[in-house]
Amino acid sequence: MSSLSLAVRDSSTMLRRNLLHARRYPSATLNLLLTPIMLLLLFVYVFGDAMSAGLGGGSGADRSDYVAYIVPGILLMTVGSTTIGAAVHMAMDMSEGIVARFRTMSIHRGSVLIGHVVGSVLQSVMSVVLVGAVGVAIGFRSVDAGVLEWLAALGLVALFSLALTWIAVGMGLSSPNAEAAGNSAMPLILLPLISTAFIPAETMPGWIQPIAEYQPFTPAIETLRGLLLGSEIGHNGWLAVTWCAALTVLGYLWSRSLFDRDPR
Amino acid sequence: MPSSVMPTSTERRGRRPSPPAVSAVGLRKAYGAKTVLDGIDLHIPEGSVFALLGPNGAGKTTTVQILSTLISADGGQAQVAGHDLATAPQAVRGAIGVTGQFSAVDGLITGEENMRLMADLHHLSRSRGKQVTAELLERFDLTDAAGKPVQSYSGGMKRRLDIAMTLVGGPRIIFLDEPTTGLDPRSRHTMWGIIRELVTGGVTVFLTTQYLEEADELADRIAVLNDGRIAAEGTAEELKRLVPGGHVRLRFTDPDAYRGAVTALRDGRRDDEALAVQIPSGGSQRELRALLDALDAAGIEADELTVHTPDLDDVFFALTGDDVAIPAKEATR
Repeated sequence: MSSLSLAVRDSSTMLRRNLLHARRYPSATLNLLLTPIMLLLLFVYVFGDAMSAGLGGGSGADRSDYVAYIVPGILLMTVGSTTIGAAVHMAMDMSEGIVARFRTMSIHRGSVLIGHVVGSVLQSVMSVVLVGAVGVAIGFRSVDAGVLEWLAALGLVALFSLALTWIAVGMGLSSPNAEAAGNSAMPLILLPLISTAFIPAETMPGWIQPIAEYQPFTPAIETLRGLLLGSEIGHNGWLAVTWCAALTVLGYLWSRSLFDRDPR
Repeated sequence: MPSSVMPTSTERRGRRPSPPAVSAVGLRKAYGAKTVLDGIDLHIPEGSVFALLGPNGAGKTTTVQILSTLISADGGQAQVAGHDLATAPQAVRGAIGVTGQFSAVDGLITGEENMRLMADLHHLSRSRGKQVTAELLERFDLTDAAGKPVQSYSGGMKRRLDIAMTLVGGPRIIFLDEPTTGLDPRSRHTMWGIIRELVTGGVTVFLTTQYLEEADELADRIAVLNDGRIAAEGTAEELKRLVPGGHVRLRFTDPDAYRGAVTALRDGRRDDEALAVQIPSGGSQRELRALLDALDAAGIEADELTVHTPDLDDVFFALTGDDVAIPAKEATR
């Protein structure tokens, strides 16, 4: 068997295992969706009137405008949230003897990680669809997205979750246990809070604006907004893709080197 | 094509002896300043059971981890199934099966799913995987529990599933790291039966244990590992011959009879507290008769007579320097 077909075969076996875990314990994934959904409802129904006033664009902005504004941000926050699950799952796996068994078997070495990553990306995309459905239920409508825009949006979500998942897997591998992995992955859910997910960067204090504008979430959120709502994408498109590519490569190399270490 | 020019794997090529299952020279491993293995040499013939015997922290698990490609050695070299550990680890992995000290099973899925996972990773066809799974679950008495999540299994069941998973790919060499630690006596005997059965299939078994009895029961050859070095190696009989520990012990209830025996048996070691005399003896019929004749001649009748032949415990304590029990007892006198 060629090394590529070995890699594909073993990785798909590991993916099946990962999805089996997710199917057997759906609460682990669903719990992670609570935070974005609760924030969505909180910001729309509790803070909605005040938040829409901050959107600018004249006095006409109301709660439905804010729903349109916040949903793309919440969708990418969902990605960040579900990848915490990837970090925890990876750390849990490493503390069990089964990974030691995999290491002593004649299988493609990277397949353990690839199975985790692909499984997590699939769960992440499905979570985004679920949270998106909640958004639609409370009044979110895409104004002018055609088939191409929808595909691009889906691609962006997949690419973004691939990037964050590789980082999360690295965090899981570097953590001694599942709790520590959950803690070290916290930035993945905190970072959206200082992005343009909830309010435009211009309304933030001056010193935080550059951070808010150039951290990975903001370009991705702005690109998604542009695709779904027809707002200006500008430089955010290539900035988002560059961030995703860079984080994917970085996370991959980091995870590989951690996994190739001798276990203790 | 004539079949004679097609060498098959089962064909014996001449009368050349088969390569050893495991051979290692000077294996070393240190974690920081702590030396765990300090030059280990091993030579394990194919189809035999080899036991690495040692106390906690002797380096047993580290040895298994190195030989099973889980970690790399700092020094020395080793071949497993004829493949070099350092240059051809993937070939080694293809020939071995490993059951670690902590169960290497996936607790979140069922026993059957664990088995199918192994079948898929060994690239067995769907039907073959199904068949092997069913056979092994049956053989290890897990058929009834096959559909339950492994988390709910008892320790003994997990251990059996662990070994069943190890056997899926038909490994030629099996490493078992403390296979019976933490098992109740019944599960332990079941495990011994399983290990004996493995060997009848021509598989080489490398096991570690801290139980002397277990090594004596199962192994063709035993190496005693202490402080990262092999203190002795041989068959159980050879090891027992290393220590002269055989004696006959006579115990009395009547102090007068005891004093009489001490006078009559000059080479005996006295234990005034227990009213017992220990006479060095190999325990053979001739030696026993001579002793009994001497007792009869002196008109002495012991209340209790026990023959003690050296066992692996004596060897173990003598080799690992843990024989503090005897001097301590003597010091109290």
